Amino acid sequence: MRILGILVCVATGAMLIWASGEFPPWGDPNSPASLHVSPRYIEKTMEETSVPNAVTSVLADYRGYDTMFETTVIFAAGVSCFMLLRLFSGRERSSHHYRHILTGLTLRVRRKGKQLPELEEFEPMDSLWTPYDLILRTLCRFLIPFIQLFALYVIAHGHHSPGGGFQGGVILGASMILLAISQDMRSALRRIRERTLAIFSVAGVAIYAGTGALCLLLGSNFLDYAALSRIFPVDPVGARSLGIFLVEVGVGIAVMATMIVIYHNLASEGFLDEGL
Amino acid sequence: MDRILEVVIAKYNYWIYIVLMMIGLYGVIAKNNLVKKIVGMSIFQTAIILFFISMGMKKGATIPIIIHGQEASVRASDYINPLPHVLMLTAIVVAVSTLGVALALAVKIYKEFDTLEEDEILEKIRKS
Amino acid sequence: MIWQLDLVILTLVVICGIGSLMIKDLLGAAILFGAYSFMMCVLWAIMGAVDVAFTEASVGAGVSTVFFVAAVFHTTRRTKD
Repeated sequence: MRILGILVCVATGAMLIWASGEFPPWGDPNSPASLHVSPRYIEKTMEETSVPNAVTSVLADYRGYDTMFETTVIFAAGVSCFMLLRLFSGRERSSHHYRHILTGLTLRVRRKGKQLPELEEFEPMDSLWTPYDLILRTLCRFLIPFIQLFALYVIAHGHHSPGGGFQGGVILGASMILLAISQDMRSALRRIRERTLAIFSVAGVAIYAGTGALCLLLGSNFLDYAALSRIFPVDPVGARSLGIFLVEVGVGIAVMATMIVIYHNLASEGFLDEGL
Repeated sequence: MDRILEVVIAKYNYWIYIVLMMIGLYGVIAKNNLVKKIVGMSIFQTAIILFFISMGMKKGATIPIIIHGQEASVRASDYINPLPHVLMLTAIVVAVSTLGVALALAVKIYKEFDTLEEDEILEKIRKS
Repeated sequence: MIWQLDLVILTLVVICGIGSLMIKDLLGAAILFGAYSFMMCVLWAIMGAVDVAFTEASVGAGVSTVFFVAAVFHTTRRTKD
């Protein structure tokens, strides 16, 4: 199997290297990739959409249909992880860990069944990782609001700087994953519940498709944001910029919810009680 | 000899991208462990994205964000081609989605068969 | 584009890629994959693709490595190949 693998890879590699003799020289401004449509996108992005970031305007306005299906793909991945891993019958663990809040002593209680309810002096802990690290917990608790603020900035400022909906959504999701790793998964689930996450991931796709349908209802084509100038008090160029911002918010919400759902299902093997 | 050196210097970028793609392909085909196969698939995906991004490069051009004072006179040869970047953003999103689903499948297979090596899994399926 | 920097980073990328496939410890493979992802992000930033580099930095180092480590923790860590 290994020799067959090496043979196949070497043969394919040799064919590709032989085909690369036909490629244009690296960095050529007249290569065919840069000649037909993209000069028009670069030259017209300021006067048609007033968004300086050419990548954002092409992604959300000129090629907005592809981005809508990309958001649907992310949502489908979240749904399939949920359907593969999530189990609803309670976990029968053989032992639970508890920590005394005042002294930091950890107890292991060997008792089958669900966890004991939270007692006054003891708090339940994740069993996979038992040492208690005060520096990490406090530091992450202070850092997470700033990470979320930065993520919201990245979503909102995607018109003028690198960034946009997808990057900001991933950073928002990563901040909640940081909360689940540094403290335990129960506190992350208390902040944002599983039902809320499901609603958010659908809401993201719905905002994107809804903006397109709104343009359809106002008499123009699907995802043609210039029609939004009939309800909002902006001229058609500003309406396209506003439409780009709305769909970026939708993408960001959908991506955030999906990243958190996939992490929760992977890290707790579907039971959503304890994690890494 | 001179011509060979010339060809190598002009095209060595493309050759390294092809080497990376073949490393990823080898990982998917010939490795036994499921997680190594997933790593190989990811290496292949990022190598393809690297190849596309390198096609959009223009010598002496700047990043595709229109400079603040020069909105009136924009020339397309001053800015890098933004079209491959847009396509590759979608490709990265799809890559991370498939990674999540592939890892969920691997965890499920481990729960069922108690091993992650492909030949042991095939043995257990054949026996049962 | 400085070609010396380009060559060094490309060599590092190939070494990280081969290392991540050859190592016998799955947790080490996950971490090396995170390093490979970050080197790719630097390469794209040098080539001028700042949006794609931003996305790869947040996705590869932030989320993808965490998924790998979570999956390795719930399956086995050793591999014979």
